[in-house]
Amino acid sequence: MHALANPTRFLKLAATIQPWAAGLCILCFLFGLPIALLFSPPDYQQGDTVRIMYIHVPAAWMGLFCYGVMAAGSASYLIWRHPVANMIAKSSAPIGAMFTALCLLTGMLWGQPMWGTPWVWDARLTSMLVLFFLYLGYIALGGAFDSPEQGDKAAAILALVGSVNLPIIKFSVDWWNSLHQPSIFSMAGISVDAAMLPPLFLMVGAFQLYYVVVVLMSVRAQVLTAKIRAAKLMRTT
Amino acid sequence: MNTFFILVGRDLRLSVRHRADTVMVAGFFAITVILFPFGIGPEPGILERVGAGIIWVTALLASLLSLDHLFSDDEQDGALDLLLTSPAAPTLVVAAKIVAHWLTTGLPLTLLAPILGVTLQMPVGSAAPMMTALLIGTPTLSLIGAVGAALTLGARRRGILMPLVVLPLYIPILIFGVGAIDTASMGFDAGGLFAVLGGFLLIAAALCPWAAAAALKIASE
Repeated sequence: MHALANPTRFLKLAATIQPWAAGLCILCFLFGLPIALLFSPPDYQQGDTVRIMYIHVPAAWMGLFCYGVMAAGSASYLIWRHPVANMIAKSSAPIGAMFTALCLLTGMLWGQPMWGTPWVWDARLTSMLVLFFLYLGYIALGGAFDSPEQGDKAAAILALVGSVNLPIIKFSVDWWNSLHQPSIFSMAGISVDAAMLPPLFLMVGAFQLYYVVVVLMSVRAQVLTAKIRAAKLMRTT
Repeated sequence: MNTFFILVGRDLRLSVRHRADTVMVAGFFAITVILFPFGIGPEPGILERVGAGIIWVTALLASLLSLDHLFSDDEQDGALDLLLTSPAAPTLVVAAKIVAHWLTTGLPLTLLAPILGVTLQMPVGSAAPMMTALLIGTPTLSLIGAVGAALTLGARRRGILMPLVVLPLYIPILIFGVGAIDTASMGFDAGGLFAVLGGFLLIAAALCPWAAAAALKIASE
């Protein structure tokens, strides 16, 4: 981890990973989407509407995952001044916000036919909405300072403070009576039919690889911007 | 411990010299609560259903407005740097400022709330649970708000940024605070909800001064 604190070394590793990740991502989408939307079995209660699950659930997992990466990167930045960790955290924020928004929107599209209402103020939905606002707060705070370094550190602290929301989201359907479905994976086993697992995992894989590709692109952009700024400063002195 | 009380005393003395600040917070609270009956209309039953929520949300917003100058007054005249570089632990300094802030904003709001509850046609039985919930909840609001104030010290657009940062963290307290008042005023046992509010207070009291002190260190670099 600390060997990768050198941005140039990280970029070299990223350059080798990125094409493979992009290729695998496209493959996962190419196989995952048709299987999910066409070939997987319809639900015995919900019929074909269950196919929204193949977008909604991976988006929800990615929303939580991106925040986890953001919090871990922020901790790494605050404790060890790891510059690449900070860049990964800053890159993950807009992606995570997008996935959370996608989760909330697809959830509303799913809720209207299934529950009769697009929104209900139960623990799971409320805490996911709070997560979305935490992302927005992180992005806003990071860019609100004249000194970028102060903004990065302040945003890092905010990411850590907000990470208390993650276990609340995860366990909210277990702790409170909720309209939302309980967790798929629990101590009691897997509560979804085995035939629905392959497309679900393919879509999760597709979203994860998409995240990897975009984060690596974003980190490279940040490193190069910093290099350009340093070069400009050198030129004027 | 002595340092703590000296610092609280200092902030209280400063607030007494600027008495208008406390009065303004209470005044804002009162006026905003009174706006709601005009906005919602005189139809019976509606105001008392939403009364607890109105009181809580307005207390939250009044608290936010007053948090703006929690650290920035001291930062502008350099006293904050002196306090942070003094032998006193930064966490202690922040804790003292938060206590003084609560005494000058949260406590007056708590005392004022039942009177405003009357304007919202809330039942008489809701006054006691309202004061208890606010008594437990407003210190938590001060604690979490202090983290927000410390994080946004020196930021551009501070006025709109701090609510954006702090309000998502306020939501759990709001949910349980309103739940406690509504449950208790309907006659059911709200002990569990008050206990959760107390839990939030304890967690915030343990973690927020430390987080705010870390944020102040960043702001003063």
